[in-house]
Amino acid sequence: MRTRRAWVAPTVTALALIGIWQAVCSFGLVPSFMLPSPVDVVAALVGDVSLLASHTVTTLEEAALGLAIGVAVGFSVAVAMDRFDVVYRALDPLITVSQTIPTVAIAPLLVLWFGYGILPKVVLVVLTTFFPITVALASGFRSVDPDVLDLMRTMDATRWQVFRYAKLPAAADQFFGGLRISATYAIVGAVVAEWLGGSSGLGVYMTRVRKSFSYDRMFAAIILISALSLALMKGVDVLQRICMPWKRAGRNQS
Amino acid sequence: MPSPDDISRVPGGDTAGDGMPALEARDISLSWDGRPVIAHVSLDVAPGELVCLVGRSGCGKTTLFQALAGLSVPDEGEVLLHGGDVTGRPGHVSYMLQKDLLLPSRTVIDNVCLPLLIKGVKRSDAHATALPYFERFGLAGSADLWPSQLSGGMRQRAALLRTYLMENDVVLLDEPFSALDALTRIDMRGWFCDMARELGLSALIITHDVDEAISMASRVFVMGGDPAAGVPSTIVGEVDVPCPPDERVGFDLTEGYLACKREVLGLLG
Repeated sequence: MRTRRAWVAPTVTALALIGIWQAVCSFGLVPSFMLPSPVDVVAALVGDVSLLASHTVTTLEEAALGLAIGVAVGFSVAVAMDRFDVVYRALDPLITVSQTIPTVAIAPLLVLWFGYGILPKVVLVVLTTFFPITVALASGFRSVDPDVLDLMRTMDATRWQVFRYAKLPAAADQFFGGLRISATYAIVGAVVAEWLGGSSGLGVYMTRVRKSFSYDRMFAAIILISALSLALMKGVDVLQRICMPWKRAGRNQS
Repeated sequence: MPSPDDISRVPGGDTAGDGMPALEARDISLSWDGRPVIAHVSLDVAPGELVCLVGRSGCGKTTLFQALAGLSVPDEGEVLLHGGDVTGRPGHVSYMLQKDLLLPSRTVIDNVCLPLLIKGVKRSDAHATALPYFERFGLAGSADLWPSQLSGGMRQRAALLRTYLMENDVVLLDEPFSALDALTRIDMRGWFCDMARELGLSALIITHDVDEAISMASRVFVMGGDPAAGVPSTIVGEVDVPCPPDERVGFDLTEGYLACKREVLGLLG
């Protein structure tokens, strides 16, 4: 199978890069306080595991809550855009413009408005995650074959039936594509918000270790964030397989 | 609720024998973006009759079908179903396109049951209604497969069963077999004619294949015109096929068939 071979090249590349990184550090080409070696990073990860775990819980809570709200908001907006063309025309450009605003720039404002608690983090995650969902669903709903809509009209289908039987399944593929992107944005969004103020979370952890110049622990946090994002993306894939059983079926047997 | 034991049922009510056409188009004109596409089209389908409509691509056959299905409102004229006016009202005739339009996200049986589910029939009841037909429609054993797992012929038969379960006695088929390969297409024609007779359906079939029209229909309406050039299409002729529906085997090798084909081709110009 191709899939097995697809694994090999990136794994080898990653291992080689880590090897080079370790060599650079071992031979003292870069001072270790500026660039910790992979071994140092793993040691930091293991050494700080319980502390990292508690910060991770905070970050995951913010990301999950924000993502859930972001999906709900994105879904509602997309449905409204699909139902009322005027909403589509009114919101489509605004939503696009909203994505040109750098999240790092508005995060301090959110802290100013909503304090140091969980709220500004969740709001930032919502702001970054609703967009891919909205765009994916809005275009997914529009991807329905107009002949299918005609057919359903000849069956006297209600608007809700058309939505349920035709539009929603047609948008499923793009929805999960959007959700996969949103899931990674959720973690990053939460961490960025934490940088700017808070008492717990991986972003808070990172600002603390930066101030104490322990970059090995900084890298440990970075690796953890990557791993969380990947795990979340994988989770979306699993969810998609469960929700879209027809994608797993074999092709035309004739 | 249809039952496979009662194969002679007429879902639209007991109207056979009163001389009223099952479906009648009276003087229909329809324009698209201000440009006339069809003008003064009249045709009729008797109860239990199979009628074909032939015409060149782009002559407005599908536009006419949309009007007959109630999907668009004609500028002029009316659509009568067993004498009752259904102009511009969808849901009274069954309608099937060249594309099978099976929903990829639903199993074959759920696709087939779609018209029943839309009517509000419980899923288990809908399945119980549809399953007995699977064998007759050549779909035995495929109920729980996904549409992507079916062959082209099976997909089209599934779409036909779904059309049948719309429970109207008049069916409109827009090039139902043209997406199939040549041999499957010939099989499907014969199968469809037998089945339509068995189930007592009245059918109007659009095709651009003259042989298909003559081999299936008892009458062929020929549509002509060139809407793109500003000449709206209309019915330019009606040809009776000189062969009873149950004696069609080998008919396509006879003089009568050729004469009929010549006449249709002559009308097409």
